[in-house]
Amino acid sequence: MTAAFSWIRPEPWGIHIVPADAWVDPSRPVPRALVTHGHADHARGGHGATLATPATLAIMKLRYATSDGAQPVEYGETVSIGGGVTATYLPAGHVLGSAQILLEYAGERVIITGDYKRAPDPTCAPFEVTPCDIFITEATFGLPVFTHPPIREEIAKLLEAREENPDSCILVGAYALGKAQRVIAELRAAGHTETIWLHGAMEAMCRLYEEHGVLLGDLRLVSAAKKDEMRGQIVMAPPSALNDRWSRRLPEPVTAMASGWMRVRQRARQRGVELPLVISDHADWNELTRTIAEVNPQETWITHGREEALLRWCELSQRRARALALVGYEDEDD
Amino acid sequence: MEEFAALLDALVYTTSRNRKLALIAAYLREAPDPDRGWALAALTDGLDFPAVKSSTVRNLMMERVDPVLWALSRDFVGDTAETASLLWPEPEDSAPQPDLSLAEVVAHLSALTRATAPRELPALFDRLDAKGRYALIKLATGGMRVGVSARLAKTAFAMAFDVPVEEVEEYWHALTPPYAELFAWAADGGPPPDCEHTPRFRPFMLAHPLEDGVVDLADYAAEWKWDGIRVQLVRAGGETRVYSRSGDDISATFPELLDVLPVDAVLDGELLVRGSAQGGEAGGAASFNALQQRLGRKSVSGKMLKEFPAFVRLYDVLLLEGTDWREHPWKSRRATLEALMPHLPESHFDLSQLVEAPDFAALAAIRDTARDEAIEGLMLKHRESPYVAGRKVALWYKWKRDPLLVDCVVMYAQRGSGKRSSFHSDFTFGCWNGDPDAGAELLPVGKAYTGFTDAELKQLDKFVRQNTLNKFGPVREVKRELVFEVAFDSVHSSKRHKSGLAMRFPRIHRIRWDKPAHEADRIKGLRALIKD
Repeated sequence: MTAAFSWIRPEPWGIHIVPADAWVDPSRPVPRALVTHGHADHARGGHGATLATPATLAIMKLRYATSDGAQPVEYGETVSIGGGVTATYLPAGHVLGSAQILLEYAGERVIITGDYKRAPDPTCAPFEVTPCDIFITEATFGLPVFTHPPIREEIAKLLEAREENPDSCILVGAYALGKAQRVIAELRAAGHTETIWLHGAMEAMCRLYEEHGVLLGDLRLVSAAKKDEMRGQIVMAPPSALNDRWSRRLPEPVTAMASGWMRVRQRARQRGVELPLVISDHADWNELTRTIAEVNPQETWITHGREEALLRWCELSQRRARALALVGYEDEDD
Repeated sequence: MEEFAALLDALVYTTSRNRKLALIAAYLREAPDPDRGWALAALTDGLDFPAVKSSTVRNLMMERVDPVLWALSRDFVGDTAETASLLWPEPEDSAPQPDLSLAEVVAHLSALTRATAPRELPALFDRLDAKGRYALIKLATGGMRVGVSARLAKTAFAMAFDVPVEEVEEYWHALTPPYAELFAWAADGGPPPDCEHTPRFRPFMLAHPLEDGVVDLADYAAEWKWDGIRVQLVRAGGETRVYSRSGDDISATFPELLDVLPVDAVLDGELLVRGSAQGGEAGGAASFNALQQRLGRKSVSGKMLKEFPAFVRLYDVLLLEGTDWREHPWKSRRATLEALMPHLPESHFDLSQLVEAPDFAALAAIRDTARDEAIEGLMLKHRESPYVAGRKVALWYKWKRDPLLVDCVVMYAQRGSGKRSSFHSDFTFGCWNGDPDAGAELLPVGKAYTGFTDAELKQLDKFVRQNTLNKFGPVREVKRELVFEVAFDSVHSSKRHKSGLAMRFPRIHRIRWDKPAHEADRIKGLRALIKD
């Protein structure tokens, strides 16, 4: 089986498409990279050419201040990448611009999901289930303890905490790319129209989302606010800023964090989180297993995360699977 | 149960001590009797349901989820109760059922036997949501892990009803859950609980470490700090009990002490085994290693009693024949204790001698000899100090001799639990059994999980993940590359370890990222420090 797919070779620093000599999400600079989405651990700078969706390329330009070698590929578009290999970019539902990459060579089909989720998200296109022979999936939340509740419930918890603490602000830690904009968009959908205050590191990415048609309402910078203005308000910051000196300028903040890890109490405690919000842009256990069942590939390869448990699930449901030892993907803040 | 489950969750997510106090106090004021009494018992670790163990819960889970998926989940979450609460399959027909009161849950749990628990627990689990199941399992198996000590819970109780916490402590050990008399007194203005005639535990007075300080020996008296276990001997109503430092009744472990106290009293001392390792013949006490043979046993054989005879070296007197001496200064209590000694049998009691020195410098010189005498160090007690519960600044100091240091190589790492779940935080380290450049091996000499900062913990965890050679369940074997400077108080011979020795109080003193593993210390050097 694997012998037939020798044209695609997982290496510790990325997935090598041998006939095209191109790499998917490589963690070191290569002549030609196919990038699934804009998170820094997947989209590194310094490649000769980068094939990605226009939104992902825009995010990378914002990050690395250069668009040299950028080659946009639209969702649903198939491009030839040389050596007889074609690549088709399909929505992954993870963040704005995120794509699964379908590779075809000599009649064989391989999908690399990058990161993905199945839950609805107003800030990006939904995951498309596509048949293939080899399905290369992530497993960030690949343990049965991880089930993400409907986001509405978590947003309601956040709004309730705000009502209960009129003299404090609710400081929400969220990944600056994707999570923050999704939380803001869901707050808007829940009828929260007031100003949302931002840490400076989030401003540019929010603007980029708006330029791509994701409306986020009235956003202002914490650095331009007086302390009292933020009482009873919601403040968004990257997780690293939660316990940082930066947060001292806020009025008695209640520390919240939007992350799939918040499902586990002691994980929340480790980070000093008082209001855990179980919100993730990754597939939870049920989404992972459901997706493998729906795609129904001949073989499943698991890239990063809690791969042992997902392997075990595949074994129990009599599906062929293997774990790839890729390095450099970090998921601690998701 | 919902209220109690919500309290536990709120406590988990609250870091501020004051907010924890306020949460518990609010619960104790609002919850009905006897629920609040049971909650207080749970928070102070005062409940025991012998029919429900962690393994009971694990076995129930094994029947419902794949064992491998269970083990991987448990390992990641770091807590059986939480893993089970998350993995328990929700019942199909989930028509909402009326909430159970905490008292009803306690009644259910108390009625279980080992045989009925596996049958009856599932029905209880099915009635609750994930939060409720978590609270139920924690209640049943103990160890709340919500960052609340027994002392904090009692302080919250005192706050809730505006009574002095010292008084709560005073009654505490004579009462049992759900503490009806305590609530009747504090919450409902009833009379204080009557516990005159029960041999109950009084909280110990503890010492602060003396760090680089100097005290005036005109104000402070010095005693040796003996290396046994601190005990309180209480006789009241014709019965004698032995309590450990945490207030556990260990009378059954030391039956020879139960009929030798001729008067009603509460005495504070060090429990030791006869021998000569500590302080030579004059010291009269064996090493802690010898005492360890006697600890933790529910019953004791005649042979044990003969081979390792226990006695108490007295430090202090709290109560004697109806007089409470705790308010009196140490010097008066000391005189009272000295006057009592001739009435106590020498077979089971002696007096902790004062260490006399003309000045502090001379005392420091005496302390430096403590290692040769295999004694832990000195205690410094203010001559005017009353006997007060807990650690009060400037009254008592412990002045331990400096720790011994040895360079060891990390061999194995295990994931921590609770707040450190998913971080590798428990380390086993070893020393060389010869010249490492001539093919010597590392043999484990100890295990430690303290002495590093949170930032260092993260670095260590990263090191472990990147240098794993083998995985054995939660334990990882790592490349022999990283050196710890390990501090410890003493080292003893041990048959349990391949290296033939065991360290006392090992902790990680420094992480030597810079030091090559082959420069770490050898077993031979450690063995030379044994003073058994």
